[in-house]
Amino acid sequence: MTEALVPKLASSKAVLTGTAPDHSEGMSYLQTLPQRLLTIYLPLAIILMVLLFPFYWMALTAIKPDEQLLDLDRFSPFWTWNPTFKHIHKLLFETAYPRWLWNTMYVAISATVLSIAASVLAAYAIVRLRYRGAQWIGGAIFLAYLVPPSILFIPLSSVVFTYGLFDSPMALILTYPTILIPFSTWLLMGYFKTIPFELEECALIDGASRWQILTKIVLPLAVPGLISAFIFCFTLCWNEFIYALTFLSSTQNKTVPVAIVNEFVDGDIYRWGSLMAGALVGSLPLVILYAFFVEHYVSAMTGAVKE
Amino acid sequence: MSDLAINTSKPVPLGTTTWDRLKVNRNWVSFWFMLPAAAFLILFLAYPLGLGVWLSFTDARIGRSGIFIGLENYEWLWDDSTFWLSVFNTLLYTIVASAVKFAVGLYLALLLNENLPFKALLRAVVLIPFIVPTVLSAIAFWWIYDAQFSIISWSLRHLGLISGNIDFLGDMWNARWSVIFANIWRGVPFVAITLLAGLQTVSPSLYEAATIDGASRLQIFRHITYPMLTPIIAVVMTFSVLFTFTDFQLIWVLTRGGPVNATQLMATLSYQRAILSGQLGEGAAISTAMIPFLLAAILISWFGLQRRKWQQGESND
Repeated sequence: MTEALVPKLASSKAVLTGTAPDHSEGMSYLQTLPQRLLTIYLPLAIILMVLLFPFYWMALTAIKPDEQLLDLDRFSPFWTWNPTFKHIHKLLFETAYPRWLWNTMYVAISATVLSIAASVLAAYAIVRLRYRGAQWIGGAIFLAYLVPPSILFIPLSSVVFTYGLFDSPMALILTYPTILIPFSTWLLMGYFKTIPFELEECALIDGASRWQILTKIVLPLAVPGLISAFIFCFTLCWNEFIYALTFLSSTQNKTVPVAIVNEFVDGDIYRWGSLMAGALVGSLPLVILYAFFVEHYVSAMTGAVKE
Repeated sequence: MSDLAINTSKPVPLGTTTWDRLKVNRNWVSFWFMLPAAAFLILFLAYPLGLGVWLSFTDARIGRSGIFIGLENYEWLWDDSTFWLSVFNTLLYTIVASAVKFAVGLYLALLLNENLPFKALLRAVVLIPFIVPTVLSAIAFWWIYDAQFSIISWSLRHLGLISGNIDFLGDMWNARWSVIFANIWRGVPFVAITLLAGLQTVSPSLYEAATIDGASRLQIFRHITYPMLTPIIAVVMTFSVLFTFTDFQLIWVLTRGGPVNATQLMATLSYQRAILSGQLGEGAAISTAMIPFLLAAILISWFGLQRRKWQQGESND
């Protein structure tokens, strides 16, 4: 199981970049161009259009003037010739939106850093110290990954209340790691297994302590794994909703997803512009981060799924 | 690899303190290394999990710790038609959404595995719905499903297919299909990209050999691609089923369980009962009732994983 994982992890990294040996052109000459157009490009184009349309619609609504938003007959709904930044301006300067963005960022980064620190130690101990029962603990951590937040939020809310964390960012910073640690431990275990243990043996003979081995040998070699874990955890935190909805109550403490759902939804018929602007601005940081680290993100996703 | 472990548990020389021994002993070092992760997982995962089951046997309310009342919450739920409706909705939502996600995701993975221009870019773009926070994309869907200004209704009206606007979220069955569609939309990229990673591990020589033997594309898929993919399919679909079954965000943004509980899932119902009405015990009973379903999904995936070893010619370890 251990040895089999190495090539799989390596291959998962190559999924996006196309650095994996590309075998497909080997047989594509068997199809003619019209055939390929019909069986590959057309379905692909349709699926892509469906997948991307909501974002186009979100972005377009965010920059449309109000009167064009609701009048679908006089103006073509699919395009606008006079974009306005009114909604985004209103969002950033008339609401607590910057504050919510900051809350989300703060909670996401703190929870991610905490989880990754804990996961590095745990993954290293499971893979390399191989203490008694390490395999069982590894399995238990995988099971913990399968426990969904939707069945934990009720008892957690009473735990949070008892510890006096209710309505504070700390409630989220301390509970998010329960989602992140199982995932990132599992991912890092895979990366640590790929590091040749001869390196560690040499260091042990030279008299290095376990801590020195971890910080000076293993971690520098596991940087790609750490980046993957970081990006994925950060995205998970940003996306989390039910804990934030349950554990926070005051407006200034909310995270972006909760604030948009609770604070923007009023009876105003013209709310759509600012609602879409809020959704757009809230998604952009993740999309930008993703654009820079696509490969890491995909390797995290496929690495965690491939056992 | 196990030699390394043996090396470290070398006999401790005489004249060392207990502290030195603690620093060297493998099990003690491991204990310190495991401590932070274990503390988090025990305090905020294992303990609440147990507490949740306990709460379901009490009449706890918000701000009041309840007393043990046995199975009363469950008996109450047993006679509660809203609860059974939410079970039905959850199963419908999970089964339909997972089946379509699997079919479309596999199809998309096969398409992306072809030799395409701008391959890397295409694959990166496909994942975007999965990156964007669910709540924010759900809000976009909310606007797309608007009763009056829906762009879908507008387009269909202008194509002459319908005469009046479709009430996407106001009608019971429309609302169900609408939330299922939004869930599929978000889940397909995940399934597609992970299956694509699996597809790329299939050796091309198998396809070449089959083509020379005159196999059709359907036969190639049925007898090569599908068997080679089953292990990954098992894992991906377990995740997909688990997260669809326990979905909360999408429903909360789009319908909050309405109209008339038509889209009420077990997760949203437990939130309404426990947090909004304050009946922690009853809400906990609903969440606890989800556990058997989750266990079933995990077991199915476990047996799916068991199959992989002989399929890939590995020995059982």
